Amino acid sequence: MSTTEILFFLLSALAVFCAIMVLVSKNPVHSVLWLIAVFCAISGHYILLNAQFLAIVNLIVYAGAIMVLFLFVIMLMNPNTDKESKKHVWMKLAGVSSGVCFLLLLVQMVYQSTDMGGKKILMSDGNIGLIKNLGKALFSDFVVPFEITSVLFLSAMVGAVVIGKK
Amino acid sequence: MPIQYYIYLCLTLFCIGIIGVLTRRNAIIVFMCVELMLNAVNLLLVAFSKMHYLAAPGTEGANSTVGTDGQLFVFFIMVVAAAEVSVGLAIIVMMYRNTHSVDINFLNRLKN
Repeated sequence: MSTTEILFFLLSALAVFCAIMVLVSKNPVHSVLWLIAVFCAISGHYILLNAQFLAIVNLIVYAGAIMVLFLFVIMLMNPNTDKESKKHVWMKLAGVSSGVCFLLLLVQMVYQSTDMGGKKILMSDGNIGLIKNLGKALFSDFVVPFEITSVLFLSAMVGAVVIGKK
Repeated sequence: MPIQYYIYLCLTLFCIGIIGVLTRRNAIIVFMCVELMLNAVNLLLVAFSKMHYLAAPGTEGANSTVGTDGQLFVFFIMVVAAAEVSVGLAIIVMMYRNTHSVDINFLNRLKN
């Protein structure tokens, strides 16, 4: 087993474990911290795939900005955890079982498909994920979506301020 | 490395997100599970972009740009997710101001 595979399995186990801990922890602040750990594991996967730009952007935008926003809102509202309404245990069981059934369905579909047979991923090599190549593509082929994104951000900012002011 | 490994990992993360949306009652945690599902899809897009980079003919040249599109889609998804989170958290704060709770049981009807 090569180093890349060992790193892959380690990061995958970390990501799945932390994602499950997001669900089962009672305190919302702990959930946010576990979700930050999931995002760090996913950034590790990006580095493993040599997508360096996305790894850094994922850390800065998701684990940095978005999660701080979540943490800020949770601490602003300070919701008492004991007030969360008790859901019926059968409803929880139904949710979990339907999710697991969906997972089994998708796994079976991928397992049976012949298209995915001998497809491989290029790990830790290839330079399409470098900032230089992504920047060239972003400012030549994808200029219009990039500019529309700025309008989207402006409208989201205005929307958040308008909703928050009421 | 076979593509199936990454597909299975991303399916697992996505389904954990679905289970969270179905079972939790706290609106913020439901929102976080949606973020988890978005990230699973992002990881799968990057994996597929690397798969196309490897499978495309003529990748021996160092300046081949096959698969750049997939990674730029991930970048745009992150941008949209940032905008979505800002608006969504504003809605949750407004809901908390009205009902003094973030329980989504209060949202079973939008009126009143």
